[in-house]
Amino acid sequence: MRGHEPRSSSSCAACKLLKRRCTPTCIFAPYFRSSDPITFAKVHKVFGASNVSKLLSEVPDEQRQETVNSLAYEAEVRLKDPVYGCIGAIASLQKKMLELQHDLAVARTRLLAHSGANNHVPPLDDSPELAAFLDLVPYSDLMLLDGSSLDAYLYDLGQPPFV
Amino acid sequence: MNPKRCAACKYLRRRCPKDCIFAPYFPPNDPEKFAYIHRIYGAGNVSKMLQQLPVQTRAEAVESLCFEAKCRVEDPVYGCVGIISLLQTEIQKTEILLAKTQAEIVVAQIKHSQNQNSEFM
Repeated sequence: MRGHEPRSSSSCAACKLLKRRCTPTCIFAPYFRSSDPITFAKVHKVFGASNVSKLLSEVPDEQRQETVNSLAYEAEVRLKDPVYGCIGAIASLQKKMLELQHDLAVARTRLLAHSGANNHVPPLDDSPELAAFLDLVPYSDLMLLDGSSLDAYLYDLGQPPFV
Repeated sequence: MNPKRCAACKYLRRRCPKDCIFAPYFPPNDPEKFAYIHRIYGAGNVSKMLQQLPVQTRAEAVESLCFEAKCRVEDPVYGCVGIISLLQTEIQKTEILLAKTQAEIVVAQIKHSQNQNSEFM
């Protein structure tokens, strides 16, 4: 009787999902462990396994984990918001940042008024890169959340798994 | 068949049917747009994604996919997630600075009212 050949217990999550043999040189294996099948499933759904394989082969070894982390994050956000994906997130973050900058400007003006001429309020250290990123997405066209709904959305967004 | 193929069908070297899902969003005069999207997501994936969306949201979805695809081509490691990370870091810094400034306002207000009280005594 022909027995059912067991799949290799060391198959990575990608090869398990793709139902193929996981070789020692599998490009996915170091980053998609079999203990976490969901991450690869999400990445595959958005980007496709062959595109991920191509992307990984185009970056140096030492940057592949970060690449996988960012792809997983992007896939997660896209699946939660299939229309806007990360663009919605960027637009919401831009909006939050501009609101905070406004609040900070108001607070600094009040502090100056209270402190008087004797006390020096140090100037802000705004990075020029930040200014460019606050204008990336024309969020006025998007139906963005406000107030506590915006805060809840940004909390739920989570931080990318790197700094 | 569309007399003029959309950018997607041109790229994929196939005929462009009248109900082509890509045609409304990938005009033939902008081949780069589809090239970015195909490189990162693949035509099949994008077609599936668009089919699952209401028609009125598909144009926005294509624009956002295109933006993300461009970011990923320019930065293969972080894509647009690098921008999210930067904005979150800046938001945290600004929230801390705002809280600090508001605390300093309270301190200044207390000092001011203490000064006023001591003038009356």
